[in-house]
Amino acid sequence: MAELAYRDALKEALDEEMGRDPRVFLMGEEVARYNGAYKVSQGLLDKYGSARVVDAPISELGFAGLGVGAAMVGLRPVIEMMTWNFAILAMDQIVNSAAKLRHMSGGQLRCPIVFRGPGGAGGRLSSQHSQALEANYAHFPGLKVIAPGTAADAKGLLKSAIRDDNPVIFIEGELLYGQRSEVPAGEYVIPIGKADIKRPGSDVTVITWSRMLTACVLPAAEQLAAKGIKVEVLDLRTIKPFDQEAVAASVRKTNRVVIVEEGWPFASVGSELSDFIQRECFDDLDAPVRRVTGLEVNMAYAANLERAIQPSQERIIEAVNAVLYR
Amino acid sequence: MHSPELLLTMYRKMVLARRFEEKAGQAYGQKKIQGFCHLYIGQEAVVVGINEAIRPDDMVMTGYRDHVHPLVRGSDAGMLMAELFGKDTGYSKGKGGSMHFFDIEHHFYGGYGIVGGQIPLAAGLAFASKYRNEDRITVCSFGDAASNQGAMHETFNMASKWKLPVLYVVENNKYGMGTDIARVSAEPDIHQRAVAWNMRGVSVDGMDVLKVHDTVKELAAYIRAGNGPVLLEAYTYRFRGHSMSDAATYRTKEEVEQERLRDPIVKLRELLLKNRSATEPQLDAIDEEVKKIVDDAISFADQSPEPPLEDVWTHGFVEEGEPDEKPRARVRGATDVKWPSYPTDFKVTWDLEPRDPPAATPIKKGAA
Repeated sequence: MAELAYRDALKEALDEEMGRDPRVFLMGEEVARYNGAYKVSQGLLDKYGSARVVDAPISELGFAGLGVGAAMVGLRPVIEMMTWNFAILAMDQIVNSAAKLRHMSGGQLRCPIVFRGPGGAGGRLSSQHSQALEANYAHFPGLKVIAPGTAADAKGLLKSAIRDDNPVIFIEGELLYGQRSEVPAGEYVIPIGKADIKRPGSDVTVITWSRMLTACVLPAAEQLAAKGIKVEVLDLRTIKPFDQEAVAASVRKTNRVVIVEEGWPFASVGSELSDFIQRECFDDLDAPVRRVTGLEVNMAYAANLERAIQPSQERIIEAVNAVLYR
Repeated sequence: MHSPELLLTMYRKMVLARRFEEKAGQAYGQKKIQGFCHLYIGQEAVVVGINEAIRPDDMVMTGYRDHVHPLVRGSDAGMLMAELFGKDTGYSKGKGGSMHFFDIEHHFYGGYGIVGGQIPLAAGLAFASKYRNEDRITVCSFGDAASNQGAMHETFNMASKWKLPVLYVVENNKYGMGTDIARVSAEPDIHQRAVAWNMRGVSVDGMDVLKVHDTVKELAAYIRAGNGPVLLEAYTYRFRGHSMSDAATYRTKEEVEQERLRDPIVKLRELLLKNRSATEPQLDAIDEEVKKIVDDAISFADQSPEPPLEDVWTHGFVEEGEPDEKPRARVRGATDVKWPSYPTDFKVTWDLEPRDPPAATPIKKGAA
């Protein structure tokens, strides 16, 4: 196994899938000659040519819809959004076209398309560039939503997303691109909808995904371990459909749950998980589910405010202590 | 010159479109069709003129005034009507309804309910054709009001820059719902805007099926030859309101009466008789034949069952190995359904953006 940066793991996935399937093409802003705003597509233009790695104008709605149309007639587009904040402009085509085509056509059409790009806080970028939007997309029937937190998961899940026959929302961690970790070489595919225990434990389950995993959940678990508290870290990886069995199994084991997410608390992925857990695991719970989320405010620029708005190790430790009644 | 066969086909299809919509309107009055229902009555020359000028395997899509586009391509009238009735035998098993007709067998890629939403999608169909080096073109219709959507600007820019094989047709019936297009448009001659995207803009009398046909014939050849997209504006008129719930009080009686004098079906009938391409009894026989098709469509829709309740859960995600639904095979047991299939192994030869040697930037006179 080689250590790869998250961005290079994504590039490997793109490269391998484009190599095995001529129907796959990449379109987005700065993906070709600039080699990607975050260098995820480095070198792909030279390898695959200008029809398969396409520099789009700044027209998110337009090229998102173009991708959906191409997917309707047998291609497998990967549409890169420079960030998910800009994809809000493309929401109509993602939600009203991609997510509904199979349904509205009574099963005549399919829409195998991946919309991918960075989400979450970018680091001192203020409100319009620092949003964790996975809950928005997870709300709509017809969309799958993936948010990997490690390089290996990024690779294995992007390959699955490209091979899937449905529209997939693939949200990368903007602050994860440079993060290195071990990635299996060659064909490595992770099924959509499977969570992963990133750290086994028996006292409390912390459920998370994307950047929060390495940014604060695993470090908090380490700190708690020093105090004798065994935290099980469950990385959801796929937001929709989420791995109900893995969640229930972990809750049955630890009887206590904390959910950590970067996004806002209202109508969030965490609130959906809480509902599932209280409904399906009521008798297994020894404490109410606690959530640690981004604060219900827009992101600030100032360094101290930005830190305060996001989940932190301290807030996670506090929540873990609360569900342990310590 | 137009052959008598072509003229008769166009006459038959326009009458079929008219009768289908009249019957749909009646069924709406009987509450057999509900929700929004946008009729095409008055505009038939546009869709029929286009259809007879393109190939059967060219791809077509439009907005929500979409009943007639698949009908003239050869869709099963009964199954279209059944979709309007919300029945299991409809093309989309009652999941789409009036605004979301789809008949992939006949390369009709849908009716879309968000104004202008089909414009980027059509560029995607055309992109795929060019990507696979096919010579099919895409024809995408939209109403005049959709021309003020940002989606149109974004798409035309890409379609023209990449020379995508797509014909965009503005069915300009003068009104976006109740608003006169001139009231909300700085340039109400929509085809004139094409210059902004460096693409051809053409207009045509959309009440004259022969003019539409001849114009589209030329444009389709131009597009198929690789010259890029064209914006065609067809001046037309809907004789009814925007939808069934619209009394159309924003138009004067005189205006509507004046427009009805341009009825494309009446005009073609007169022409057929005048140039002796057909006799009165021949045309009456076509009228009768069409009337029966539409009557049968109504009774088929009427007698069809509603979709089973478990269908609530179908056609969400495509499961692995799940085939596509082929409506005519499912409903009629048809064995001659030609479903589009696409290669999975091919070489992409299109160089979308050739790398020219870097041009020297000319220094402007007087520049510092």
